[in-house]
Amino acid sequence: MGETVIGRPIVPGEATGTVLRSARAISLWGGVDPQTGEIIDPHHDRCGESIVGRVFVFPGEKGSSTGSAVLLELARRGLAPAALITSALAPVVALGAIVAEELYGTAIPVILVSQDEMAELADGDRLRVRVDGTLRRATPLE
Amino acid sequence: MEAPAVNTPRILGRREAMPVSVRLSDFDRSMLSGDLGEAPRFAMSVVVRMAEAVGASDLISVEQAHIDACALMSRSNLDFVTRLADAGGRVRVLTTLNMVSLDLQHWARLGVPRAFAEQASTIAAAYVRLGCVPTWSCAPYQGYLTPRFGQQIAWGESNAVVYANSVLGARTNRYADFMDVCAAITGRVPDAGLHRTENRRGDVVVRLPDEDRSAWTSPAAWAALGYLIGELVGTRIPVLDGLPAPATGEQLKALGAAAASSGAVEMFHAVGITPEAPDLETALHGGTAADNLVLTRRMLRDAWDRMSSVPAGEPVDAVILGCPHFSYAEFAELAEAIREVGSSRAHPGVQLLVLTDSTAHALASRGGLTDEIARFGATIALDTCPFHSPIVADGAKSVMTNSGKCAYYAPGELGASIAFGTLRDCVRSAASGVVTREESPWARR
Repeated sequence: MGETVIGRPIVPGEATGTVLRSARAISLWGGVDPQTGEIIDPHHDRCGESIVGRVFVFPGEKGSSTGSAVLLELARRGLAPAALITSALAPVVALGAIVAEELYGTAIPVILVSQDEMAELADGDRLRVRVDGTLRRATPLE
Repeated sequence: MEAPAVNTPRILGRREAMPVSVRLSDFDRSMLSGDLGEAPRFAMSVVVRMAEAVGASDLISVEQAHIDACALMSRSNLDFVTRLADAGGRVRVLTTLNMVSLDLQHWARLGVPRAFAEQASTIAAAYVRLGCVPTWSCAPYQGYLTPRFGQQIAWGESNAVVYANSVLGARTNRYADFMDVCAAITGRVPDAGLHRTENRRGDVVVRLPDEDRSAWTSPAAWAALGYLIGELVGTRIPVLDGLPAPATGEQLKALGAAAASSGAVEMFHAVGITPEAPDLETALHGGTAADNLVLTRRMLRDAWDRMSSVPAGEPVDAVILGCPHFSYAEFAELAEAIREVGSSRAHPGVQLLVLTDSTAHALASRGGLTDEIARFGATIALDTCPFHSPIVADGAKSVMTNSGKCAYYAPGELGASIAFGTLRDCVRSAASGVVTREESPWARR
């Protein structure tokens, strides 16, 4: 990616983490284990990886409206992702992040970017997410 | 957009304290400020933040809610509802409840562990403390609190949402778990999506093959159609042209539940059947469709076949009926099918499970239907769902059902293979212990 990507903060917040990038839409319910944060949907391209503490980059959500509860349960267990970056409005994911902040004080920023901007975010990049939706490469110390 | 007022409302506790960009009424502001208590503050801040997330500039009032979140068995759900109920939270609108993860009366007989039952009961009781009506039903449209045409409502549960929008003509989005609760407490939702007339226009015209009416008699045929439609249209609004009118509630329920499972269909139109589609032009709001699909008999037959992975003649471990919850008419059809099959009792190796709510059960019981069904060996479970409550026998590897929704979710949720068929096929298979199916309604003739 270039120096910065400016996204729209659907759920604003600050975070730093390493990108886990996926090519497929995800249903958190049935797609991510609420007790471990591992992706368990065998149809998903990152099945077997963990979203815990990662900047999870995904093209959108699908499936169950119970996905919000999976994100909330991860937050309760201290296993939330650092941030969520998507290229399509994801109301179920957003709701989960909002309730996690209201109930447990866990900030999980959700940032909307364009498909082109998403293409610039590479797996393994270390990113800093700002409250205004700006994403930039983090230095190793951040 | 108006210039921000001098005392721009802010969301308390939000770390960034960003000003609110959504237009709020005075009453909304009182809720948001905490003047009316912690539960309305919490719920209103979630509603406002969701309005910002989906880009809505206004909120609208809803007159009814249906909460799906009560079905969840997790510590965080317990934390969530306890926080609101302990703060004295009350729903502001008529609110019904989806199924819970427990048959509240018969859980011990169904083999549910005590610790699970206690936590599920605590969650259920907390939702009742909020002032919700304990309907415990995933088919709230079959009850006595059915919303009216044009009414703005906030419902969770995908099959209920698609039925409310399509068949009743009430207006709701498919609300995420917990958003349904916040909408019930505030009576407010973002003015977006299917609440707005322009977003209820059909996107895709789906033409059905000319069929003999008899092909569409069984709700299972409508379930197979729904399954195929969900796969084809995803989140778009299909306009189905060529279905025989009139249709029963059970047929439309089967269609919508399947389409909301294989796809994310929140609304469909059926020309000459559903209230916003007296004709094709009206369903398209006078415009043209973005897309046109022509379904063939072969596509329907293939969809029907694709829903089953267990071939005829193989053993059946469990038969699941009542997904969504059985209605009185479905109980009557089941009793009739049992009489027709003429076998006095289901095969001992088969668990025959019928899911329903207390209202439909009371009617069926009064009609003498439940005794007949129980004598055949069926277990009738109330208030709950086989995917949320541990009531399906361990080791059930092959499940037969007449439900497109159950056929879609059982492989992932129960680890089972599916045999799909009509209600009569299900009863025959329960009696014989092996998959016994007639040909699909679209078999070569």
